[in-house]
Amino acid sequence: MEKTVDAMVELRQLRKTFGPIVAVEDVSFTVGRGEVLGFLGPNGAGKSTTMKMITGFLTPTKGTVTVNGFDIWKQPLEAKKSLGYLPEGAPAYGEMTPLSFLMFIGEMRGFRGTELYRRVSVTMEKVNLGGVAHQPIDTLSKGFKRRVGLAQAILHDPSVLILDEPTDGLDPNQKHEVRGLIKTMAQEKAIILSTHVLEEVHAVCTRAMIIAKGKVITDGTPGELEARSRYHNAVILRLRGAFTDGVQTTLEGLPGVERAEALDGTAPEYRIIPRDGQPIIGAVSQCVHRQNWDVAELSVEHGHLDEVFRSLTMPAQALT
Amino acid sequence: MGRIGVIFKRELIGYFATPIAAVFIIIFLMLAGAFTFYLGDFFARGQSDLIPFFDFHPWLYLVLIPALAMRLWAEERRGGTIELLFTLPVTLWEAVVGKFLAAWCFTGIALALTFPMWVTVNILGEPDNGVILASYLGSFLMAGGFMAIGSCMSALTKNQVIAFVISVVVGLGFVLSGFSMVLDLFSGWAPQFFVELISSFSFLTHFNALSRGVVDLRDLVYFLSLIGFWLFATALMLEWKKAE
Repeated sequence: MEKTVDAMVELRQLRKTFGPIVAVEDVSFTVGRGEVLGFLGPNGAGKSTTMKMITGFLTPTKGTVTVNGFDIWKQPLEAKKSLGYLPEGAPAYGEMTPLSFLMFIGEMRGFRGTELYRRVSVTMEKVNLGGVAHQPIDTLSKGFKRRVGLAQAILHDPSVLILDEPTDGLDPNQKHEVRGLIKTMAQEKAIILSTHVLEEVHAVCTRAMIIAKGKVITDGTPGELEARSRYHNAVILRLRGAFTDGVQTTLEGLPGVERAEALDGTAPEYRIIPRDGQPIIGAVSQCVHRQNWDVAELSVEHGHLDEVFRSLTMPAQALT
Repeated sequence: MGRIGVIFKRELIGYFATPIAAVFIIIFLMLAGAFTFYLGDFFARGQSDLIPFFDFHPWLYLVLIPALAMRLWAEERRGGTIELLFTLPVTLWEAVVGKFLAAWCFTGIALALTFPMWVTVNILGEPDNGVILASYLGSFLMAGGFMAIGSCMSALTKNQVIAFVISVVVGLGFVLSGFSMVLDLFSGWAPQFFVELISSFSFLTHFNALSRGVVDLRDLVYFLSLIGFWLFATALMLEWKKAE
């Protein structure tokens, strides 16, 4: 995929304080067309607050946000036209039906007549809302409510999409569906989404950003983030038969190996951790041949995002 | 149809999509009728006018309109839809006015449904229909005043009970300030202009003027500027408390 560099969303030194609490501290970044930026961070890290400032709901204490070239505070109406937003929890007017709700959103976005009907029906089809079009939103399941929220965000085909926890509370099938939808839209849009689910970063994001205590800690591709894991390029070796002494020592004696740890389980299984993340699979496989071990599994790990996440957001605590 | 119109339509339909419309209208009509016939001695007076009917409107509105208004913004905030609304391409002012107009229009519908009173008095006698029309206008404007106060209190807090109680208290202040009992408290010691100032802030003073059949521009300006003031305060409250 070719990346274009035109910035659709630009944050400059964004800061938000609530009384003495600093919720967001000097956050600056740009997101271009074709990018899907995943916002990661513990609860209360400032993800939602940042999103609320990008969408113009909250006024920043300091700094600026431009969406599609328009300053969200100086030209809010123009900026909001190119913005689609799914707030946390996908709020909607519960007494309305998905159809009447989307008609309302469409009218607010300035669509009338046949164009309004066309947009609403196309969007309802995209998110599979057809079956519940005439049921009050209050009576719908969580998955359907989330789809109604997504539908209102994409109804006007915005060039910038801000999605606050779009898959939270969905079952695995629904998650898969929503991710598929995000991926199909990714090419022409700039998308920012927040999530707790680290696998989601792999599934949809082209870029991941970890935020903690209101600050951006890392910003890179999911691959780069994984490379920071101490398990990056680690090798998993599972042998058939019973545990034998000496395997662990032999592995730890290999060049480039930091240490080998025995994993819990019935079969003898080891995780061999490299020194400084260098590839060691070659050395390990040669060793396996030399020793003539009966191998059940031999694989390379890319790294554990959750472990990177923990080490970056809880630096004070020793890793286990 | 502009964005105010779109919000107005959604809100007004919303009243009828929930039991709010039915409950409010039925209670309003029942109480209005009961007050007129039992407390107002509508028949025993032997006069063909609607004075005993309109006399109770300030008291009806004092309780019923805050009940209707308390959900205006408190509910948007509790349900999170306020975030949805204000990230649409709409100004704060358009949203405040659109929602208020829908609520006001709804009370207008309830008020219009009291037309059998007007029919009755026309069958039984020959009332001055000009006075009755002016009274309806006054009652509608006064409902707008109560609604605007309620809108502001609803923007102030997420808690609907608090919004209701404060609206009733502020509304009561605007009603009582025209009562001779209250004014007597001041007239003994305060300068005359001060007493008149208090009285001129009262719903009753202006409503009574209208319900005598005198449509004075000053009374219209009073109600409309009062509504404008409280809606402006609503917008300020929303801007201030949006994040909570």
